[in-house]
Amino acid sequence: MRYLPLTERDRREMLEAIGVDSIDALFADVPPAARLDGLLDLPRAMGEIEVERAISEMAARNVAADSVPFFIGGGAYRHHIPAAVDHLIQRGEFLTSYTPYQPEVSQGTLQYLFEFQTQVALLTGMEVANASLYDGATACAEAVMMANRLTRRNRSVLSGGLHPHYREVCETYARFVGFELAALDPAPGGGEDLAGLVGRDTACVVVQNPDFYGEIRDYSELARICHDAGALLVVVVTEILSLGAIRPPGEMGADIVAAEGQSLGNALNFGGPHLGLFASRDKFVRQMPGRLVGETVDVDGRRGWVLTLSTREQHIRREKATSNICTNSGLCALAFTIHLALLGEAGLIRLARLNHAAAVALIERLERIPGVQLVNRTFFNEFSLRLSRPAAPIVEALAEKGVLAGIPLSRFYPTLPEMADILIVAATEMATGEDMDRFERELAETLA
Amino acid sequence: MSDRQAAENGVGLIETITGNRGLQIEEKLIFEQDSPGHCGVDLADPAPFRARLGGLERHGAIGLPGLSEPQVVRHFTRLSQKNYAIDSGLYPLGSCTMKHNPRLNEKLARLPGFADIHPLQPVSTVAGALALIDALAHWLKTLTGMPAVALSPGAGAHGELCGIMSIRAALEARGEQRSRVLVPESAHGTNPATAAACGYTVDPVPGNPQGRVDLGVLKAKLGADVAALMLTNPNTCGLFENEILEIAAAVHAVGAFFYCDGANFNAIVGRVRPADLGIDCMHLNLHKTFSTPHGGGGPGSGPVALAASIAPYAPLPWLVHGVDGLELVERKSGSAQHVIGRLKGFHGQMGMFVRALAYMMSHGADGLRQVAEDAVLNANYLRVRLESDLSLTSPGRCMHEVLFDDRFLKDTGITTLDFAKALIDEGYHPMTMYFPLVVHGALLIEPTETESKASLDQFVGVLKSLAAEARTGHAARFHSAPRLTPRRRLDETIAARKPILRWRPEPVRQRAAE
Repeated sequence: MRYLPLTERDRREMLEAIGVDSIDALFADVPPAARLDGLLDLPRAMGEIEVERAISEMAARNVAADSVPFFIGGGAYRHHIPAAVDHLIQRGEFLTSYTPYQPEVSQGTLQYLFEFQTQVALLTGMEVANASLYDGATACAEAVMMANRLTRRNRSVLSGGLHPHYREVCETYARFVGFELAALDPAPGGGEDLAGLVGRDTACVVVQNPDFYGEIRDYSELARICHDAGALLVVVVTEILSLGAIRPPGEMGADIVAAEGQSLGNALNFGGPHLGLFASRDKFVRQMPGRLVGETVDVDGRRGWVLTLSTREQHIRREKATSNICTNSGLCALAFTIHLALLGEAGLIRLARLNHAAAVALIERLERIPGVQLVNRTFFNEFSLRLSRPAAPIVEALAEKGVLAGIPLSRFYPTLPEMADILIVAATEMATGEDMDRFERELAETLA
Repeated sequence: MSDRQAAENGVGLIETITGNRGLQIEEKLIFEQDSPGHCGVDLADPAPFRARLGGLERHGAIGLPGLSEPQVVRHFTRLSQKNYAIDSGLYPLGSCTMKHNPRLNEKLARLPGFADIHPLQPVSTVAGALALIDALAHWLKTLTGMPAVALSPGAGAHGELCGIMSIRAALEARGEQRSRVLVPESAHGTNPATAAACGYTVDPVPGNPQGRVDLGVLKAKLGADVAALMLTNPNTCGLFENEILEIAAAVHAVGAFFYCDGANFNAIVGRVRPADLGIDCMHLNLHKTFSTPHGGGGPGSGPVALAASIAPYAPLPWLVHGVDGLELVERKSGSAQHVIGRLKGFHGQMGMFVRALAYMMSHGADGLRQVAEDAVLNANYLRVRLESDLSLTSPGRCMHEVLFDDRFLKDTGITTLDFAKALIDEGYHPMTMYFPLVVHGALLIEPTETESKASLDQFVGVLKSLAAEARTGHAARFHSAPRLTPRRRLDETIAARKPILRWRPEPVRQRAAE
């Protein structure tokens, strides 16, 4: 077995040194009734060639985004990842290191996480960010729980524009952690009266910007109303690249930002691993979940970095911790940091502009098709269409023609008939004019 | 002052003009290397178009630095050189399972057919992805002996949350509101944090002098208000709970569930099925037992194996074998009507699933059993080679990790921390220190199966020499360690008292200079 360096001779010598006859003696504490004598009914060891062949065959049965005109978003976006990103994150010193609990031999990880925290704070317009969480959906649930702790209230309002998975994750946590949610129904393109739901018992209001349907809104007034009532405003961002073009949540008065960072540096990966971003105001930092890296000095007075404020965390506080989280998304955060370092200020703004331009170019084509109506007044790189027929079969038909057209809203709300005709479509810098022409042609034919 | 004394006091370090020391290069933050307007990605400007942002354009500078690609590559390469890693040496962190990460797995996870597919593509276009998830589930179910596995949790602690929520749902379906979860004092901090997050009172269970659960104490604590026992087996002292069948029977006798923290499954994989131990629910850290890279602290993946009594409550999505093949169930319906809901966006850590399956297929049933055997053999070899130099916490055999305490440092003026930091100067990452909490000054060593005998012998030699130095009163060299790292001991107190959690420009200072 290529990954096991002990030889049979090593094993014999080591057993002898230990003073036992066989390996079985070292497993003697296992109750006899629970010992497996033979091998389980699973395949035997395979060489690299065989494993590669078997798994590649499975990969070949999927339609990869790069092989077709591709217009799917909904919280996971296909962007170009510069070659340097994947090269650098595969350096063994990053890939095969542990959580930086020994700072003297982990300054590399700690420094990039400090850079990552700074980048996230700047992008979101917030004062402070943590070193990442699992994904945007769990970050959203953590944001609500943090708001509960900060306000000592127990009831929150979720906008109908929130990604349905984020809403569902919040609902699961609410049931078991013990807090209340008022979740509004989806209303693509429409307004909703969130302000009217803010009361003296509201911990937070959660909105998404751009929302799940692509609409961009100014939440400054809602922030003011929340703050007047002693409640917090949580802003969710599922397309972090949008913040290269639109006003960040921090400028609108957000108290906590929970976001998905996959768009920068990270592949679609069928939905995971992705990258939870989490930012807030300075004064709330001691109630933040997850790891934080802070600046300090070593005994020689040189600047360095450590994990800090760990008295919030489970390995110190156990049942009194602010969250049970241990693992973050370190390597995904590194990919994000490198991609954003490559882009820089100018590159990020240009990439965001390219995305917006692609979406504008696409809607100009699609709006020409009879039976297609744009739902949005505003959008960044994603918008919702109301089709003249249910969207799910259209998407299936287009997939058969080799176009991945978007997300039928019925996949999330199969029991709401008024949502059946809604199709959510994204266009990034990866969509070519040819891809868009093809989409327009195939959609027109399918709807006709 | 002799050179040796100078070194022991941490003074007399070689001074350089740059602060660099050979291959260790001082590296500023990217924000301090800004050349405004520079960009490491060439993107064409779009043709003019009419914006649809509704007047919500971002104004003003974001504050991101501009760098070219060579600057970025050099920056992150230099940062990488300040890290210890499994690729560079033995990484004996107990309970963390730092084993070799095969590169084949990285290659396969990056195939466009996995990395470049969207979680919301039509299900008809991802048949291979579903097949891979199904294959992974089959391996995990077979290895644990459990009938079901929930795949979406993002890490071990998330798996715990999944397990305890599912257990609570199962109890509520029986009409029972139970209030307590029993957690041994030696448990990982995530266990009590998880139980508390799910609304339970955490009731700690002290261990017996050997480091195992005290069955008598446990039985006395069990009652009709206990929802679950959360036990790690092998436990964090590196010992197999030899009374586990009695423990399981006692837990089940009061109608509670038996949750197992599977962080240490690597010690028994292929030799013991958790289901045969009476376990109802167990998370598996794919980044430990199945070698997906730790990545500097994530991403992980924490699937949860479930007994039939808990399986109906497992979170969405489900993958089921239907009449037309594999079906992805994303909504509460049919057999999935009792689910606890959703715990994470999309379908779980697919990238980790590919790596873990490649790992399991590479080893096979025979190789996985060998993994457990070699891991246990390596730890026991370290135990016998070191027991006369360090102080073994409990005599006799251990499983995949071996626990020492700080009695061997008594009266030396040297702490566990000092000893661990001295190891760093010798080119090793320290073992886990001060965990488990039940032992004074704990040093928990887990070599894993991917260390050769020669590597272990070398490590033993270093530890023996260090222990001898400690005994002969060379305390200063321990107190000043590490001396050869990019940074020496860092001030964690200042970091926490006045947190600086991001870089900021220094306009005040600049203005003063003008």
